[in-house]
Amino acid sequence: MSLKNLSKHTVLKAGIILDPYNKHTHKADLWIKDGFIEGIGQFNAPKSAEVIDCKGKIVTHGFCDLHVHFREPGRDDKETLSTGSIAAMAGGFTRVCVMPNTNPPLDSPESINFIREKAQKCPIHIHPIGAVTKAQNGKDITEMALMFKEGAVAFSDDGLPIQDGAMMRIALEYSTLIDVPVINHAEDECLRSEGLMHEGIISTHLGLPGNPDLAESAMVYRDLELAEFTGAKLHVPHVSSAKAVKHIRQMKRKNKNITSEVTPHHLFFNDEALRSYDTNLKVAPPIRTESDRKALIKAVKDGTIDCIATDHAPHTLEDKETTFDCASFGMIGLESAFGVVNKVLVKESGMELIDLISLLTINPRKIMGFDLDLFRKGAMAEITVIDIDHEWIFDKNHIHSKSVNSPFIGKSLKGNIELTISGNFCHCNK
Amino acid sequence: MLEQKHLLGLEGYPAQDIQTIIDTAFNFREVLERPIKKVPSLQGVTIVNLFFENSTRTRISFELAQKRLSADTVNFSASSSSLKKGESFKDTAQNIEAMKIDAVVIRHPTPGASKHLTEFIDAIIINAGDGTHEHPTQAILDMMSLYEKFGRLNGLKIGIIGDILHSRVALSNIYGLISMGAEVTVCGPPNLIPSFLKDLNVNHNYNLDEVIDWADALNVLRIQRERMGLGLVPSNREYRTTFGITQERLKKHPKEIVIMHPGPINRGVEIDGSVADSEQAIILDQVLNGVASRMAILYLLCGGKANIGEN
Repeated sequence: MSLKNLSKHTVLKAGIILDPYNKHTHKADLWIKDGFIEGIGQFNAPKSAEVIDCKGKIVTHGFCDLHVHFREPGRDDKETLSTGSIAAMAGGFTRVCVMPNTNPPLDSPESINFIREKAQKCPIHIHPIGAVTKAQNGKDITEMALMFKEGAVAFSDDGLPIQDGAMMRIALEYSTLIDVPVINHAEDECLRSEGLMHEGIISTHLGLPGNPDLAESAMVYRDLELAEFTGAKLHVPHVSSAKAVKHIRQMKRKNKNITSEVTPHHLFFNDEALRSYDTNLKVAPPIRTESDRKALIKAVKDGTIDCIATDHAPHTLEDKETTFDCASFGMIGLESAFGVVNKVLVKESGMELIDLISLLTINPRKIMGFDLDLFRKGAMAEITVIDIDHEWIFDKNHIHSKSVNSPFIGKSLKGNIELTISGNFCHCNK
Repeated sequence: MLEQKHLLGLEGYPAQDIQTIIDTAFNFREVLERPIKKVPSLQGVTIVNLFFENSTRTRISFELAQKRLSADTVNFSASSSSLKKGESFKDTAQNIEAMKIDAVVIRHPTPGASKHLTEFIDAIIINAGDGTHEHPTQAILDMMSLYEKFGRLNGLKIGIIGDILHSRVALSNIYGLISMGAEVTVCGPPNLIPSFLKDLNVNHNYNLDEVIDWADALNVLRIQRERMGLGLVPSNREYRTTFGITQERLKKHPKEIVIMHPGPINRGVEIDGSVADSEQAIILDQVLNGVASRMAILYLLCGGKANIGEN
């Protein structure tokens, strides 16, 4: 259970190579030299090479998560780029995009550069997402072009919806200058009001103020219309409701610039789980009903939703061990992600494994314009090795994040990440 | 004895236990009519009244019930604002636990707070109101008062009038009454009635006159003045005209309908003073039954047996 350096030559022996880019699966060896792919299939690796037995294991692309919160700068008591990297590798991720709602927010070229420099010391690829508005104030647009030059891959005021429609229009229009996605946390703040969970029969039972699904779908609809109007790239994060799915599905038919993501927790839980008043289930947007959950699964299967993103949101115990109204929104998700989505989508919903892997690899990479052909000679190693049939109970020992706010603790998951390789670094979960 | 260790709410609470509490409460009602209104049933039992939210009548009712049962009691009051500044809910709970107490009566502005408390401490927890969720002891005293008046709960038709959405009294009453075989209709401004109540076998009717014609009793909720400013209720006079239990309105209906109110009353808003003071109102019986019900609940949960015997 640790991070170590790979040997100069490493051979992953007899694994099942699952290549989502070339869409084929075959049994083969894989040779890594100095952190780069040197050969797959037939090759002559030196005898001194370290051999890792991967018999019966899936060997695939390292996962890519477009939506994590690593809390740096400002709240490094919750997470840092460094601890977040280990949590990511434990979950099979070799590449993440960090959200800018830090303290201060990532709203300037300087702050983007701060992340880029720190990220270089981390074992995985970390890409900053820049804020749409200065100090996330929802009013003044940031220096998007300069931030893009420093490495911002997308723009978002995540956590805070861009409430003002005219502001959203300006952001989308301006973003066409650099042609990167704008990601809006879609929840109409007026409709959401004081809502703490999905408004429905369960919120009525629990006496908790409700947040209706139309708080999401109404704003998603607005954003979709604005995206069409401006020609900009719009990425809809953490879709939670059947209504939002319907709008996205409809608009995607005519607009190729729309993409969307779903979290493992929205695919796994329904609002019945809130009966425990577990503050770890307090997330934004909220966990919704079973029929919303089913609609999300269907949307993943038919391509309406493009990728899985965890919205990994670490919080301290103090932020969560409190009454429901005072608790912070969010849960961690990197370490449990694959076991959750494999269970829900492949085992329970009959999805093909290669399609699930695409949702975690080439699909999110396409959205951000990252390299897709990872299993070619000369590509930097981004590899995940999975024991696909392993059933396991998620517990605190599996968590590498600085925070432990996970409602998956105690849940049975399917499919375990055994090994994650990112360049010269290797993380083993055994 | 009761099936559940705590009394957190009436959702899913066993009907026979509600009946046991009501029966026991009638026994304690007798105690309250005696010249010396005290029994030694809970001698040596220590109860903390943990009030994170202002309350006058519920707190006094519990305190009185505890004193009548000879329990040792301690009061802790904290406004939620000072709590937010100071120690956490968890710290408060653990401090209380460390002092070796037997039971906690908790009132808190957050739904789920009483359940939350059970995760931190071992003592018996009684929910005296958790935000807009439940207020089970109020519902039990309401049901006891109906039982006293009608001799049964099964088949009774009860109208609950007012702000249902923000009312813990309404929700606990709905759970309790339905599990005891009564029928419930809610009536109030549509924006203050959660549409999902239909799934709980509760009828909606926005026409108060029709509800009066239908019901055996009305439980009239306080319309909180702070809601008026939020645009939820346009004005006092609009509310009074549409949903107020006025003398004129009752005159139009020939029947003797029983009027209940959990208090405190806004006279002239949700109910006319003259109606509240009339014979058909059982509001003060509810107050007395509140003490008796809470005695019964404390007694049954804190180690007593259903038969209070020769005290």
